[in-house]
Amino acid sequence: MNSSRSFQTVTLALLVIGILLLALGGYLTPVSRVALAPFISIQTWLSTRFYAVQNFVTAPRDVTRLTQRNAELEAEISRLQAQIIELQQQNSELQVLSALLDFARAHPENVYLSAAVIGRDTSPFLQYVFINRGSDDGLRRGMPVVSQQGLVGRIAAVTAGAARVQLISDPGNSINIRIQPSGSEAAMSGSITGEVSINSIPQEAIVEIGDLVLTSGLGGNYPPNILIGQVTGVRQRPVELFQTASVQPVVDFSKLEIVLVITNFRAADITPLIPIPGNPQ
Amino acid sequence: MAYLLAVPILGLLIIFQSALFSRVHLLYGTADLVLLALLAWAVQERVKSAWQWTVIGGVLVSVVSALPLGAALLGYLLATGVALAFRRWVWQVPSLAMVAGTFFGTVITHAVSLAALRSVGTPIPLVEALNIVTLPSALLNLLLAIPVYALLGDLANWVYPEEIEI
Repeated sequence: MNSSRSFQTVTLALLVIGILLLALGGYLTPVSRVALAPFISIQTWLSTRFYAVQNFVTAPRDVTRLTQRNAELEAEISRLQAQIIELQQQNSELQVLSALLDFARAHPENVYLSAAVIGRDTSPFLQYVFINRGSDDGLRRGMPVVSQQGLVGRIAAVTAGAARVQLISDPGNSINIRIQPSGSEAAMSGSITGEVSINSIPQEAIVEIGDLVLTSGLGGNYPPNILIGQVTGVRQRPVELFQTASVQPVVDFSKLEIVLVITNFRAADITPLIPIPGNPQ
Repeated sequence: MAYLLAVPILGLLIIFQSALFSRVHLLYGTADLVLLALLAWAVQERVKSAWQWTVIGGVLVSVVSALPLGAALLGYLLATGVALAFRRWVWQVPSLAMVAGTFFGTVITHAVSLAALRSVGTPIPLVEALNIVTLPSALLNLLLAIPVYALLGDLANWVYPEEIEI
């Protein structure tokens, strides 16, 4: 009797182990899929009905709480959206400041002071911007202004707390430049449309589209080798004395937000050296 | 004392002009809020301080703008003179005087600015300036003329209340 029970136990154990091994080996998957499918379907149907009934029973009781919770969440969403906008703004400013810092590090010979652009000149004929730093911060007339991309202009007028910057695209501006890689020197001027052009390139100079335009430092108004832009078009006529070229500035003047003023540069005043007609030296 | 009101109002308008409206372009033209305010003030029936407002506005803009000294003031004085003339000619419809004054005022102030800039050696092509700056500016000013006229009309009624005969 005992030996018969032991035999049954061993047989059952072997059967269970065999089934387990077959299951682990993946041989029972089709069988289990077929066998379990009706159970799963029934359980799903039952569970869905249960949740529906539960929602139906509990919903009326929770309406007030849900409404309140909804209002709280909407307020939270509004607060988070405002926070996102604020963070995006901060991130944008951080990127600009980071780029300005990189620019400052790349030109360690200069001393910079950052300033925010707070307005533009009221006359549509002029290309000037106002910055929120003035003589109280050590700014002086003639100091060059740059951004992380390149040259912006120079300070034309200063008050205690603000300054007016003449952009390089102003029609009254004229800058001595050098074109790279040819090394040709010329003068660049702005216009009422904000377009910048070089009008006095010697005929023998080789200028091509894509050449870089840098400050030459001649005249003492700007430090040398500050990037201004790229040549986008060249016009050469044999009957004219000079070539002309149009320049795409690297700085987008419509999106200027923060600029750097080079405070250790003093513009040279060469007025006494300019001969007056009819006044022999 | 009504002219003292011009300082904060025109000062505020210059701030708006510099910070906002100078960035809103139609081609290369921009609206001139100060000009509109001066014209709207000048064409109001009971206003007696148009010239004082013009001088204050011109001086304030001259301080802020890089235009040659006095150009803004001269332009505004001429524009105000034109607006006052229109007020006399079309006194029954002051809003018409405002619209006409806006157009001619824009042209006059731009002409004075151009003349002043060219006199100091700034090379500005006249035809280009007229096509892409002055005419678009005039259009923008005309769009804003009636709202500004209405606002300044309310202000004028407050400063110069209508006298009632008993």
